[in-house]
Amino acid sequence: MVQGSTIGRATPTVAARATSALPEMIKDAALFALVTLGLSIPVVAYRTDLGQGTGLGLTGRWGLVAGLCAAVFVLRLAQRLVLGEVSRRRDARTLAQAESTAPARLARPGRIIGPLTLGVALTLPLLAALGSGGLSEGRYWIDLGILILTYVMLGWGLNIVVGLAGLLDLGYVAFYAVGAYSYALLSTVFGLSFWVCLPLAGLFAAGFGVLLGFPVLRLRGDYLAIVTLAFGEIIRLVLINWVDFSGGSAGLSSIPRASFFGIPFTAGEGGFASVFGLAFNPMHRVVFLYYLILVLALVTNLVTLRMRRLPLGRAWEALREDEIACRSLGIDTTITKLSAFALGAMFAGFAGSFFAVRQGFVSPESFNFLESAIILAIVVLGGMGSQLGVAVAAIAMVGAPELLRNLGFLKAVFGEGFDPNEYRLLLFGLAMVAMMVWRPRGLISERTPSVRLGARAR
Amino acid sequence: MMQVTGLHATGLARLATLQDEPPAAMPGGPADPILVVDHLTMRFGGLTAVGDVSFKVGRGDITALIGPNGAGKTTVFNCITGFYKPTEGMIRLRQEGGETYLLERLPGHDVNRLARVARTFQNIRLFPQMTVLENLLVAMHKPLMRASAFSLAGILGLPGYRRAQEEAIAKAAAWIARIGLTHRADEPAGDLPYGDQRRLEIARAMCTEPVLLCLDEPAAGLNPRESADLNTLLRLIRDEFGTSVLLIEHDMSVVMQISDRIVVLDYGIKIADGTPDAIRNDTRVIAAYLGVDDEEVAAVEAEVGLTGTSA
Amino acid sequence: MEFFAQQFINGLTLGSIYGLIALGYTMVFGIIGMVNFAHGDVFMLSSFIALIFFLILTTWLGLTSVALVFLIVLIVAMVLTALWGWAIERVAYRPLRGSFRLAPLISAIGVSIFLSNFVQVVQGARNKPVPPLVRDVIVLYQNEQYTVTLSYKQAIIMTTTALLLAGFWYLVQRTSFGRAQRACEQDRRMAALLGINVDRTISLTFVLGAALAAVAGTLYLLYYGVVSFSDGFVPGVKAFTAAVLGGIGSLPGAVLGGLIIGLIETFWSAYFSIEYKDVAAFLILIVVLIFKPSGILGRPEVEKV
Repeated sequence: MVQGSTIGRATPTVAARATSALPEMIKDAALFALVTLGLSIPVVAYRTDLGQGTGLGLTGRWGLVAGLCAAVFVLRLAQRLVLGEVSRRRDARTLAQAESTAPARLARPGRIIGPLTLGVALTLPLLAALGSGGLSEGRYWIDLGILILTYVMLGWGLNIVVGLAGLLDLGYVAFYAVGAYSYALLSTVFGLSFWVCLPLAGLFAAGFGVLLGFPVLRLRGDYLAIVTLAFGEIIRLVLINWVDFSGGSAGLSSIPRASFFGIPFTAGEGGFASVFGLAFNPMHRVVFLYYLILVLALVTNLVTLRMRRLPLGRAWEALREDEIACRSLGIDTTITKLSAFALGAMFAGFAGSFFAVRQGFVSPESFNFLESAIILAIVVLGGMGSQLGVAVAAIAMVGAPELLRNLGFLKAVFGEGFDPNEYRLLLFGLAMVAMMVWRPRGLISERTPSVRLGARAR
Repeated sequence: MMQVTGLHATGLARLATLQDEPPAAMPGGPADPILVVDHLTMRFGGLTAVGDVSFKVGRGDITALIGPNGAGKTTVFNCITGFYKPTEGMIRLRQEGGETYLLERLPGHDVNRLARVARTFQNIRLFPQMTVLENLLVAMHKPLMRASAFSLAGILGLPGYRRAQEEAIAKAAAWIARIGLTHRADEPAGDLPYGDQRRLEIARAMCTEPVLLCLDEPAAGLNPRESADLNTLLRLIRDEFGTSVLLIEHDMSVVMQISDRIVVLDYGIKIADGTPDAIRNDTRVIAAYLGVDDEEVAAVEAEVGLTGTSA
Repeated sequence: MEFFAQQFINGLTLGSIYGLIALGYTMVFGIIGMVNFAHGDVFMLSSFIALIFFLILTTWLGLTSVALVFLIVLIVAMVLTALWGWAIERVAYRPLRGSFRLAPLISAIGVSIFLSNFVQVVQGARNKPVPPLVRDVIVLYQNEQYTVTLSYKQAIIMTTTALLLAGFWYLVQRTSFGRAQRACEQDRRMAALLGINVDRTISLTFVLGAALAAVAGTLYLLYYGVVSFSDGFVPGVKAFTAAVLGGIGSLPGAVLGGLIIGLIETFWSAYFSIEYKDVAAFLILIVVLIFKPSGILGRPEVEKV
């Protein structure tokens, strides 16, 4: 009686248009350049600066606008030419072979990249020390590894919610904040050790997840996203304004550092170095932190992979695919969603308390919406649901700009003030759009079945 | 017996207005009904989609719910399976052991989980990216959740859970074999041809071990051979599994061949209820399906009122 | 009482701006059922466009007529922002029709991140102040303690909002575009079958929404006299709250919601705590979505099975 609401539409596909003649393509590219020109007036063409005196001064940058338009023209032309070629080849291939062998081709890189990434991750401190001629000299690399792994862990945690259960959570960073402040407060006020606080932080975050999730999880997808965003902002605003509790914008500092299961990383007697008969090196703590976040991230990954093979995990995926069908099969959708939400929040809580113990300082600044958006971007770009994809996306999105910053030749090309980090988020945004347009299932889109009948003895 | 008296008790007050209540409906109904739909009314705003419909589904029967487009069949289905809360009326399901559930009061998922009513959808609702096997395993959520101790035993990989999973897979494999999809068991369900998807959706519903299976136009879009396969599958479900079946169908070849009983709706009102033979010859049904001129309506209705509907 | 009256005027001014932005949310949601997450950033961008043209007109061309400057800035900002709205729909949303259900929202988040960082890169991260365009106030009431005033700025904002809303209402109710727009809202497939160019109607909806956001952006600049690249987010969420509160999809609802949110925010700041004014807005959003997702004037949704 009620029809499905799929909207039939006729889109002139790129492939169909691509075969058209060159003059038409040039005209099309020129149109693109023209629109770019229109968009560039005036935000690109004139830069406002606080000059001498009180008012704003304007600086014309028409050269930049011209360059931008030219770039768009060339890119569009190239896109049309390349896409035309690709679609022609694809047509030829589909004619030649009826059945595509795509899954087999896609599975292979995963089989190599996965273990390779893991291998590098496990030996990074060693590699860094060897590569830069000493543990202290390799600190930059280990710190970068910690940063990337934190995002990998957050990405994997959010992947449970977004990738598996299909719930768009725009306030994920709130649970990260709950974890960080839990550790900060429990350790400074009650003097609890990191190893006691870690599970507590996870539980608190999961508790918040349930508290928020219970009323809102029956909302439709995009409303849920906005409500989680509002929740995230509320947590941040409360942390800023409730000074007695959280220290306000100044945050909480002198949070106790991590110890090696009770043995502190200090120089004196009873410190980590003396107990293990090593020469004291402040890097021991950094390396320990590196392995700590690596283990936390791997646990997140393992639990996720395990969950996918369990009925609850399968119910999450089923929920992502069709909530109404789930209900007709006797699955309590609220509880199922809530469990995904809580588990995701728990891992964010773990990551948060790691963040606090590493920094020794927390402030609301670290938990704004942009942070949620970055984690979401990592999950989206990685291909929602793909563990390896998330890891690769985190490395590319967090690691790459960091590395680019130190490349000399970029500064030579773009001038001394060039900082790739400035463009990082710009590219994040563009990449998210591009991803949705061209590869909505992510870079690594092949879904591995959680169980196979074929592989069993029959 | 209990149902019949209950129905009269509640129905008495309204009896005066029920000119459309077929006189033969209740006495001629099945002796041991699994499902009793009792004065079901569903309104959307000002529109009455279903107006005071009562019928029974016999235990172990295949009952068909037919009627022209817009007659309110799917609305009745959605009320039975917990997707709509009826405006008025009762829907009572009695399991073999005697447990009785008032379906209109259960939360959506409990209609399947507790009362064990399963359904399929008019526009197929599989989990398209999950494989055929996974689709069936999702349907065995309840026993598997229990075996995995809500994931705790599962996470640790305890043997109890592993055994339960093996059993579930074996059961799923048997169903996959029954619908002839063994060679495609590990492919995404969304990649299957339409007819296979229909059968898979029925198999998935059966994996929840229902006492009553509700099928919303299972033969829609099937070719004659697939329709015949469907008939075989439905008979198997009734005869081997003892599951009662309620189905909405337009394809009369399916309806007439396999139904034990047929309920006919038109404009949200029940106009007939009886065996296939009785329905085939029912003037009012014929009128509803073929349509009659305005002038003749009164004549037909008078005739129907005189002769009864399930004679 | 005087204090209350003053806050009421301030609240209405703020509410007008929210209402204008909310219209963009509600129109897009009505026609394609998506939350245009980037709309707040389009608003911010329009503020920058207005800022730059204001500077060009006043410092370079030396125009002194306030009315003329305001009018030119308003029109240019509307045209250029509308072009942005059109381009965004074309590039980031149109290819996604028929994609999975969260795709448009994710894409919109991408656009939002892009826009705010794009403005940061091309215009710098610092706040951009402009000298006040008009300073005069009308004294409505005065006693020993209080003066209730309506500033020219507030008068301009309310008048502009009212005039544009009237024009906009005419456009949606009386023109063929408006008919096409309402038809697409009800049933896009049927509208297409009846020969309505659905793609163009959706494009026009985005153009119109962006133009209204540009009005809001210009008025915002006029009112506060300062803008920064991050100013799209919070007003965006508040305007979305307004749209939801009024009943998303309902045009009068959006304006009504905007006014209510503006008033609540102003009174909350005045009587309770200014620190938690944003919390108030977010809480309203959550509460409305949970308890009355159809808002004040919206239609309830029937779940399709």
